[in-house]
Amino acid sequence: MNIKNCLTIAQKDWLEVKQNKSIFIPIMIVPLIFIVLIPLLVTLVLPNVTGAVEDFTADPDLQGFFTAMPAGMKEVIDGLTPTQLMIVMILGYMFAPMFLIIPLMFSTTIASESFAGEKERKTMEALLYLPISDEELFVGKVMAAGIPAVIITWICFFLYTIIVDVIPYPYFGRLWFPLPVWWLLIFWVSPALIAMSISLTVLISTKVQTFQGAYQTSSAVVLVVVVFFIGQMTGVLFLSPLVALIMGIVLFGIAAIIGKIGVRSFNRQKLLTE
Amino acid sequence: MDVIQLDQVSFQYAEGFALRDISFRIQKGEIFALLGPNGAGKTTTIRLVNGLLNTSSGTIKVLGYDPHKDGVAVRRKTGVLTETPALYDRLTAVENLMFFGKLNGMSEADLHKRIQELLDYFDLSEHANQRVGTYSRGMRQRLAIARALLHHPELLFLDEPTSNLDPEIARQVQELILKIKEEEGCSVVICTHRLYEAEQVCDHAAIMHQGKILAEGSLQELREASGLTKRVRFTFREAVAEGFEQDITRITNVEKIDLINEKELLLGVSDYDRVPEILNWVIGKGAAVLSVVPEIPSLEEVYFKLQNHEEVKREY
Repeated sequence: MNIKNCLTIAQKDWLEVKQNKSIFIPIMIVPLIFIVLIPLLVTLVLPNVTGAVEDFTADPDLQGFFTAMPAGMKEVIDGLTPTQLMIVMILGYMFAPMFLIIPLMFSTTIASESFAGEKERKTMEALLYLPISDEELFVGKVMAAGIPAVIITWICFFLYTIIVDVIPYPYFGRLWFPLPVWWLLIFWVSPALIAMSISLTVLISTKVQTFQGAYQTSSAVVLVVVVFFIGQMTGVLFLSPLVALIMGIVLFGIAAIIGKIGVRSFNRQKLLTE
Repeated sequence: MDVIQLDQVSFQYAEGFALRDISFRIQKGEIFALLGPNGAGKTTTIRLVNGLLNTSSGTIKVLGYDPHKDGVAVRRKTGVLTETPALYDRLTAVENLMFFGKLNGMSEADLHKRIQELLDYFDLSEHANQRVGTYSRGMRQRLAIARALLHHPELLFLDEPTSNLDPEIARQVQELILKIKEEEGCSVVICTHRLYEAEQVCDHAAIMHQGKILAEGSLQELREASGLTKRVRFTFREAVAEGFEQDITRITNVEKIDLINEKELLLGVSDYDRVPEILNWVIGKGAAVLSVVPEIPSLEEVYFKLQNHEEVKREY
């Protein structure tokens, strides 16, 4: 397999996504909301709203959450002031599953555009006539979606870390973020989620003819994040390092199974005849 | 030397046979036309020859390779203009050509030079850095042909090269095909349902109908296969005398007579050498001849004759 060919395909797809404002602007705006707007709201606005901190910490649901919390996680919040507790709970724990939406959105959007979008615009056939193998074409398309999703997630994590450490520094007097589980979340769970969403999008894209069709169907992966978020909020599933580790293994496993089926469907004859 | 050989090739989609036992050969340096209506199997044939599909039965050799096993090697030597231009609208002409050139294994230096050469040749230099989405149909088609020629292919496939083009641009494309053959020296396969266009440029042709080849050969061979005779059109100053048509049939080698109108006759002849003899007879009868024009049956007539013949055969 010629990696240079794969990179050429990926670069072309990046250029196309960059030029497509209806895709590029939303995928840039959502991370900005997640990593800038929400942290600013929680660290700058909420502590100064009268009664907000007290209301948050006295919330009966949150009290139940604290009671059911595993010992390892309790250690992190022990001894925190109410303001510190609110910031840590919202930005350190509750927000963690939501952060996964960033890699998910990038990978699903670019993969849908790269696979189904090419079919929709009837440019796929010209690609199939090129002297490249089915594998190179497939890997190039996966790289087109996977590489930016991973890089953007890491950049977002880096910026988020700076914001949630620097702005509330007066309340903490130390750098409190990232919590241990975030390392696993960013460098283990996110790549697994990206792999799974790309595999699913590839599989769906071989069956549907439009970008919208592929995007809407593969966006169902967001349910993983929703389930995770609800589980965390209701105290059913706490995001501990062990949970994150298991979650990554499961997601990679699912990605491997779906990916294998997708690869089988991704050959010239099937793309042209099915 | 045969650059393409198809022997008893069939191909089946889920919904049924697209090709049934087709065989033909294309020689180096010739322009070969695959003629037929939509659904005749022309595009499927190109896909098979380029290794995008695998035959259900039969064998294909392209430039000495089996396209199914050595698809990459075949496609390295072929250039294809697909039925729709299939260009990236959000990219510029240069970005489009750079992408396809790189994947055709061209070095960046060669590519820059070749792109400039082709954009000049196709009169697109002024729009080189303009997004292709803003191009007119004719410009897109020219760019798509440039893309197919980018890597100096030995074999060029043009699928409906003039469809959706206005007559002026279509004519430019026809001239271009002849120029490409002459200057690039490559063999060209044209798929078209525009028979007049094929007649202008092709050396050999195969007439396809519902996945089968009805006839294949040079234009002359196709005319012979269709059974259409050579014709001569006589135009007179005045209406021909009554019984003139019956009298003329007595002349040897006049095979068929069509009275177009009272001043015009179309004679079927076995050989154009007989025309002076016929003319002498006509003048001897006192008819004032304004013009005598030999006519070759057009490819369109040949095509419809063969197609009708096939349909009549199918009905029985």
